[in-house]
Amino acid sequence: MKMTHVCVYVLNQESAYDFYTNKLGFKVKMDVPMGANARWLTVTPPEQPELEITLFPVAPGQKFNEETVKSMTELIRKGTFGPGVFTCKDIYATYEELKAKGVEFMKPPSKEFYGTEALFKDDSGNWFSLAQLV
Amino acid sequence: MTTEQYPNVYLYKRIVQAKLFIDHNYADKIELDNIADEAYFSKFHFIRLFKTIYGKTPHQYLTAVRIEKAIQLLKDNVPVKEVCFLVGFDSLSSFSGLFKRIVGQSPSSYVTLQRLLKEQINETPLAFVPGCFAFQHGWT
Repeated sequence: MKMTHVCVYVLNQESAYDFYTNKLGFKVKMDVPMGANARWLTVTPPEQPELEITLFPVAPGQKFNEETVKSMTELIRKGTFGPGVFTCKDIYATYEELKAKGVEFMKPPSKEFYGTEALFKDDSGNWFSLAQLV
Repeated sequence: MTTEQYPNVYLYKRIVQAKLFIDHNYADKIELDNIADEAYFSKFHFIRLFKTIYGKTPHQYLTAVRIEKAIQLLKDNVPVKEVCFLVGFDSLSSFSGLFKRIVGQSPSSYVTLQRLLKEQINETPLAFVPGCFAFQHGWT
């Protein structure tokens, strides 16, 4: 068994597309129009083409009603969700590059017992760990 | 440890700036001497540091960026001949040769396959979405 898809809920799919591709450098794996206002959009980390991260918009539909959309939007914006950890080979180079591209860091790289770790946010408010493990 | 205190912070900033310079100017004729000068390194020191951080020499990295951009343009239906020059190659034969070596197929074969894929996506979009997601979101 292995993980092939994970879902990250985003507030604006177009803006998320720009953030994950142009800022994080991820590649678009699937971009499938699903009717007038829907789109199946997945991206993959540059060194992990087999893991598809689904950028799913928080929008009214069968899955979310208006009330849920409102709650989810508020929770994502205030940084409730931390979907995961990205590891990299050289955290200082990655940190400097992402910072230069305008990525907002909540915590710069600092030494931890398991390696060196920083925290950053995506354009919606989801936060991720960026780590270089020992 | 804060960001401004980590070891070799200025060195990192300069190498990253050089990488971003390549990312932004891949379509132009880039002389590695100029990038090394801008980063205030000797050419050989620069190449060594760049490779240590990114696993590729600046030239290898430039080629990878150009091929990656070419892939994007080909997916957007830009003709092969135009793509070649838009990503900074001087000759179609060197572009095609490198593309085939790195991607595993010629640019024109790549275009054909991408066109087929697009047709399949348009005809049967649900074949490309995991069923559970499609069901949850009312696409089935």
